[in-house]
Amino acid sequence: MLLAQIRPAIVSFVLLSALTGVLYPLFVTGVAQTLFHKQAEGSLIVSGDGKILGSSLIGQNFDDPKYFWSRISATSPAYNASASSGSNLGPSNPALLDEVKGRVAALKAADPGNNDPIPVDLVTSSGSGLDPHISLAAAQYQLVRVARVRGLTTDVVKQIVNQNTQGRFLGFLGEPVVNVLQVNLALDQYKK
Amino acid sequence: MSLNDFIQAAFFIVVVLLTVKPFGAYMARIYEGSPAGLNVWFAPVERLFYRLCGVKPEEGMSWKTYAFAMILFNILGALVVYGFQRFQASLPLNPMAMPAVSPDSSFNTAISFASNTNWQGYGGESTMSYLTQMVALVVQNFVSAATGMAILIALTRGFVQKQMNTIGNFWVDMVRTVLYILLPLSIIFAVLFVSQGIPQTFSKSAAATYLQTEKDSNGKPVTEQDIALGPVASQISIKQLGSNGGGFYNVNSAHPFENPTPLSNFLEMLAIFLIPIGLCYTFGYMVKDRRQGWAILAAMLIIFLPCLWFGIQIEQQGNPLLTKIGVDQGATAFQPGGNMEGKEARFGIANSAIWAVTTTAIANGSVNCMHDSFMPLSGMIPMWLIQIGEVDFGGVGCGLYGMIGFIIVAVFIAGLMIGRTPEYLGKKIEVFEMKMASLVAVIPHMFILLPTAIAVLTVAGKAGISNPGPHGFSEILYAFSSAAGNNGSAFGGISANTVFYNVATAISMFFGRYWLAIPMLAIAGSLSAKKIIPTTQGTLPTHTPLFVFFLVMVVLVIGALVFFPALALGPIVEHLMMRNI
Repeated sequence: MLLAQIRPAIVSFVLLSALTGVLYPLFVTGVAQTLFHKQAEGSLIVSGDGKILGSSLIGQNFDDPKYFWSRISATSPAYNASASSGSNLGPSNPALLDEVKGRVAALKAADPGNNDPIPVDLVTSSGSGLDPHISLAAAQYQLVRVARVRGLTTDVVKQIVNQNTQGRFLGFLGEPVVNVLQVNLALDQYKK
Repeated sequence: MSLNDFIQAAFFIVVVLLTVKPFGAYMARIYEGSPAGLNVWFAPVERLFYRLCGVKPEEGMSWKTYAFAMILFNILGALVVYGFQRFQASLPLNPMAMPAVSPDSSFNTAISFASNTNWQGYGGESTMSYLTQMVALVVQNFVSAATGMAILIALTRGFVQKQMNTIGNFWVDMVRTVLYILLPLSIIFAVLFVSQGIPQTFSKSAAATYLQTEKDSNGKPVTEQDIALGPVASQISIKQLGSNGGGFYNVNSAHPFENPTPLSNFLEMLAIFLIPIGLCYTFGYMVKDRRQGWAILAAMLIIFLPCLWFGIQIEQQGNPLLTKIGVDQGATAFQPGGNMEGKEARFGIANSAIWAVTTTAIANGSVNCMHDSFMPLSGMIPMWLIQIGEVDFGGVGCGLYGMIGFIIVAVFIAGLMIGRTPEYLGKKIEVFEMKMASLVAVIPHMFILLPTAIAVLTVAGKAGISNPGPHGFSEILYAFSSAAGNNGSAFGGISANTVFYNVATAISMFFGRYWLAIPMLAIAGSLSAKKIIPTTQGTLPTHTPLFVFFLVMVVLVIGALVFFPALALGPIVEHLMMRNI
C-alpha cells in the first residue's frame, strides 16, 4: 500500500512542477509583457539618447545640496539595487542614534540657516535601502535650500516637486510621497 | 493612532471579511467535488493528472497512508530544491551567473520551502538564479501550501464521516488545491502586481547611470546602478496567497520591485488573508454547521484586532530617543511620522504595522518593513503572534488545523469542568485525540525555547547577534519562533546564514511542521472511525460567545504564558530600559 504511493509522488511532482514552475511563470510573463511591458521590465527611465537613467521605482543616493536628498540607505554602496538591505538597527541601538545624528548634522551643514524640525523619514534608513520616495514634509524641508543653490525661486521648485508627487491611492491608502530621482531629473532639465 | 491609520486598518479588515463567505464556499465546493465553475471546465485536465499518476481518485487512504504520501511528496520536494541550488551554476536561466549555493544554506532553504516556512538565510537577488527561483522555489510555494490545505480537509472529513477508516486521497486534495484554488488566484494577482510595477521578465539586470556618482566603501567612484530584475510577479502572488512569504529580493516586500505602490501593498495583504480566513468558512460549510466556522473566525479576530491596534499605536508614537535630538515624529498631512527606521515612505506607519501583524498572525512571513527596527513592544507583537502557535489565523490549512487542536484541548478542559465526556461536532474526544492535540500544543514551544537557550549559550549562536543588549536576545528568540512556527519573517539583523543557524533553524522548521501535521492526521483517522453522537441537552455548544471566549483563553494560557519569561528578557526589558525605568 505504501509502495503504491511512490509512482504518484514522482509523477505528480513532475507534473505540478511543469505546471506551476514552468507554464505558470511563462504564461504570466507573456500576459505581463503584452499588457504592461514597461512595468514588466522594471519601469525604467530612459533618456532621449537611449541611456538608462534609473527606474522610477528605485531610488538613488544624493548628498549634493543642489539635489533633494533621499532617505538613508543601508545597502553597500548606498542604493545598491542588486543587493537590497535595511539597517536592522534596533530602536535602542546606539548606532541608530549615531546614524540619525550624523544625518541631522549633514543636513544642517548643507543648509545652516534652516531651523525647522527635521522630518523623521529624512533621517532614518528605509526598509529596502532603495526607497525612491520621501514624505512631503521632507521635500518641504529641503525646498528652500535647493532653490537657493540652483538660483531658482521657491515657487518654481515647488511646482516641480508637485509634478512629481503621488497622493494617497483613492485618497486614503498609503502615504503621499515625492519621487526623489524624478524631481532631481526634472530640476536638472529645467531651463530658466 | 491617527485617523488615517484607523481608516486604512478598518477598510482592510472590512474588505477581508467580505471575501470570507463567497470564497470559503467556493473552496468547500472544490473539496467536496461539487460543481464550482473551474472544476467543471478543467475536469479533463484533472482526470488526465490522475491517469498519468496512476491514482484512483475515488479511493480513500487510511490516515497512515495519507501521512506517508504527504511526507514522501515533501521529501521529494526538499531534495529537488536542494539539487537546484547546488547545481544552478551549470543550469540554464542564470543570466547573472550565480554560483552554487553552499550545502548548509541549500539544506536550510530546502527544508524552509518544503515546510511552508520560507525562512531565508540568503538574499534572493544576489544568490539564486532565475531558474532556481522559478522552478525550485515557486513550485514549493504551491505544493507546500497545498499540503497544509490538504491536511486540513482530511481532518475536516474526520468530523463529517461516520465509521470510516479512510480520510480522503492526498493526491486528489493536492491536485484540486493547486488546480482550482492556488493557480487561478496566482495568475490574477500576478497580472495585477505587474500593472503596479512588479517586474516579470527574463532579461538580465538593467544598468542605469547614477545621476549623482556614488562612491563605494573604498572611496572609488561608482557610476552604474545595477538594477536586479527577474520573473518576480509570478513568485510574489503565490508567496502571499500560500502563506509562504519567501521573497524574490532580500528585503522581501519592502523592496519597491516587490511591492511598488499602496495598491500593490493592499492587494498583497489581502492575498495573505484570503485563504486562511476563507478556510474557516470552508470548515463550517463542510461540517454542515456554518456557525462553527464563524465561531472559530470570531475567536481568531478577538486575538488579532487588539494586536493590530497596539502595533499601529506603538509604532506611530515613534522613538523617544529621536524626539530628544529634535527629530519631528508627529503625524501630519505631510508626513507619516512615527518610527520610520526600516520603513518605506510610501507605506508609512499604518501599512507597515498592519502588514507586520498580519504576516505573523498568518504564518506568512513576508515583510514590507524591518521588524528588527520596530519599537520593543510593537516588535514583541509579531513575535508573540508566532509563539501562540500560528493558529490565529496561521498558515493556509495548518493554522486552522492547529486551532482545531486547541479546540480539542478546550472541549476537553470544559468537559472536565462540567463532568461530561468531551465531544466536538458530534465526535467523542478521548485519550488518543487528547494525546495528539497536546503534542500539537507543546511541540512548537519545545523547538522555540530549547534552541534559543542553546544559541545564547554557545559562541556560534551569539555570533549571529547584530544589536546589543536585550534586543540581541530578541533576535535569537524571534528567529527560532519564526522557524518552529513556520512563519519565515525575522529580526533581520541576525546573521543566520551560518552553519549553526542554517542547521538549527532547519531542525526547528522540520519538527514545527511535520510533528504537528502527523498527529493531526492521526486525529483525523481516529475521528473518522467514530460514530456521530446526536446533539442532546447535555452537549456543550461550541458556537456560542461563551465557548469562543473560553477558546481564546485556552490559546492564551497555553500558547502565551509559556513565553512570558522569555519575552520579559527581550522586548519587555528593552522597553523599560529605553524609558529609563
